[in-house]
Amino acid sequence: MLSRTADSLYWMGRYTERAGNIARGMQVALRMASLAGSLQKSRDEWHNLLVATGAEHGFKATGRGATPEAVIAWLALETENSSSIANCIEAARRNGRAVRTALTVDMWEALNDTWREMRVRSATATGQDALPGFLDWVRARTLLFNGAAADTMLRDQGWLFVHLGVMLERADNTARLLDAKHEALTASKDEGTVAYAEWQALLRSVSALRSFQWVYHTRLEPKLVAELMIFRPELPRSLLACHRRVLHALEGIAEATEGRRGDPQRIAAEIHDRLAKGRVEDIMARGLHDWLTTQIDRNIELGNAIQALYLNG
Amino acid sequence: MAATSKTQAADAFDEMQDVGGVRPAYAGIARWIEAHGLQALAAKRAEAEALFRRVGITFAVYGEGGDPERLIPFDVIPRILARSEWDRLARGLTQRVKALNAFIGDVYNRQEILRAGKVPAALVTSNEAFCQPMLGFTPPAGVFTHISGIDLVRTGPDEFWVLEDNCRTPSGVSYMLENREAMLRLFPGLCADHRLAPVGHYPEELLETLKEAAPPNCKGAPCVAILTPGHYNSAYYEHCFLADEMGVEVVEGADLCVQDDVVYMRTTAGPRRVDVLYRRVDDDYLDPLVFKPESMLGVPGIFGAYRAGNITLANAPGAGIADDKAIYPFVPEMIRFYLGEEPILQNVPTFLCEREEDRAFVLANIEKLVVKLARGSGGYGMLVGPHASAAQREEFARRITAKPQDYIAQPTLALSTVPTLTDNGITPRHVDLRPYVLMGKEVRIVPGGLTRVALREGSLVVNSSQGGGTKDTWVVDDGPLMVQSQTLGGMAQTQGMG
Repeated sequence: MLSRTADSLYWMGRYTERAGNIARGMQVALRMASLAGSLQKSRDEWHNLLVATGAEHGFKATGRGATPEAVIAWLALETENSSSIANCIEAARRNGRAVRTALTVDMWEALNDTWREMRVRSATATGQDALPGFLDWVRARTLLFNGAAADTMLRDQGWLFVHLGVMLERADNTARLLDAKHEALTASKDEGTVAYAEWQALLRSVSALRSFQWVYHTRLEPKLVAELMIFRPELPRSLLACHRRVLHALEGIAEATEGRRGDPQRIAAEIHDRLAKGRVEDIMARGLHDWLTTQIDRNIELGNAIQALYLNG
Repeated sequence: MAATSKTQAADAFDEMQDVGGVRPAYAGIARWIEAHGLQALAAKRAEAEALFRRVGITFAVYGEGGDPERLIPFDVIPRILARSEWDRLARGLTQRVKALNAFIGDVYNRQEILRAGKVPAALVTSNEAFCQPMLGFTPPAGVFTHISGIDLVRTGPDEFWVLEDNCRTPSGVSYMLENREAMLRLFPGLCADHRLAPVGHYPEELLETLKEAAPPNCKGAPCVAILTPGHYNSAYYEHCFLADEMGVEVVEGADLCVQDDVVYMRTTAGPRRVDVLYRRVDDDYLDPLVFKPESMLGVPGIFGAYRAGNITLANAPGAGIADDKAIYPFVPEMIRFYLGEEPILQNVPTFLCEREEDRAFVLANIEKLVVKLARGSGGYGMLVGPHASAAQREEFARRITAKPQDYIAQPTLALSTVPTLTDNGITPRHVDLRPYVLMGKEVRIVPGGLTRVALREGSLVVNSSQGGGTKDTWVVDDGPLMVQSQTLGGMAQTQGMG
């Protein structure tokens, strides 16, 4: 497969997943913000989300104040923000269009319809009453695209690169969402009510609030929330589950490219190893934030290695 | 058939309906329209549009605002040629393309036709389309024009004319294929009732042609790829479509690299050698080391690899010398010179404005002529004298006087019409025909080609960038079908067919 084709498929997967993840993050922030009054909460949800999505730097450069409206606009629609939902949708479709023939009709239609409807919705998406519906729509479109890919795509290299992009992006997102809430997960007892609401919101963002109950049958506690999202293989958005699939995809790619392998497989195996053998107690004892920072950095390192070996040609 | 005869263009030959009634090849479609009516036809058109939009066959038109990805209008009434008509065209096309190919090989090597004085040497060697770096080179299998599109127009039952030759990167063949697919889906019964010559094997024929032209030093199965300028190109869809149909990669310049005069494409499994490149990038942008240095679309060093005999470029750089509008008047002479045959297809009389007596005639008769840029394409920079305003004619007269070498002129032909579904019902619209001629070790032509139709009433400009649409082109066997027509439809006018 042409390196450029693989590159477009991989980034199409990443950007589609990212659009959904930004929407998930915004839903958490929106929920926390709407509870802020009753919880007498002082922390700034929107600022946290900016940090978590890596969008803080670009936002600050504009000199705008971090009001909820400004941050929402920045994350949802801003053309200057390369990771705004609108830009992710644009970039996913642009990548898909560049390799049209490598996509199934169902995938293309999912992408193209999203792009077309986004153009219609952008005028009203961030209105106070419209925002929750808009975020639901973005999540649903990402699910639709992933479903179309999983259900219709030939299981060849093309599929592996789309899947790799989605899984790497998802792993990155889960780590970043956790990191944005690391304070709540290591909070002292007197912050109880606020922290509890944050844990709930966090689980909700990865569609795992009910899953938590099914796995643990107990009240939320930070250690278990962290364990579920990092180590539990049953949760499809946990770090371990995502990296297991990243490693699997990379093995498949090595096989499909006449045994071409190297840094991507090595780094992915190391990350997977760290997750497979890790224990949440150790992480909590040594500091969640530090552990997650290392994790996010390694993700970036893995992304660069994939880019260098397979995608740049 | 009342609908078509009422509004028929006064002076043009209508391919469906002539003085004797419905022409035999159109009997089946005439009956269908009679039986099902305008409403059914309009419903089919809506169905066709939904189909095309779904598949995503679009044509990019930039710089005009609006949606940059547009559909080319498709008319559901087919354009039909009888097998006997087609066979003559096919012989003429084969002859013409052989002569064009021989001409290109000659002007870059021995230049015999110039020395014989059959074509003015200056017209060739100081032509912008003359590619100096090709001098002294003959590509594998001696083929320069692997793919040509020859534009034909018709003015009467037996009068076909070559309007222009396209020897560089003719486009539109994907519409020929998709139009047929659409017709088979929309009118399965009607298609089955006609003995339609299939066109669907074009991609296979193209691949075979390209493989035949692989460099002699290519070991094993040649690796073929299509080089595209990228997705901003108006024909990008077609590049991907053909690649997909042939099962080859569509590559951009940045996907290729040259090492030691060998061209490789960058793949996830490492560099892979390319043997034949069907390039849809113009000569000027092909190799920044040889042509335009600022080109980002091409591949540095690819021309060196080409001259070293390590890759085949289809079509050959410099092939455009054969389709230049100033060279066009000499094609009949080429046919006589290289093949020793009389041309089967005729040329439209052409005035070269750089010749003084031609220019005087053109300026005196501009209201009767079509004036074209000698190096224009896509219907841009064109004047249709009889349809132009006085101001437009004056403007062109000024331009011709200022830069005579840039312009040619031809008489305005009464292009044939074919009934077309428009907002005013079924009305005649002018058409042309672009058959695609493939040349490898042998010449191959898929019967028919792309019919383009000028959708604006009275318009003679069929280019898709100028409001043109397309029709499916049917080549139908004449003979046995007519027996069937009589028993089914009982239309008197179909009986005359021998």
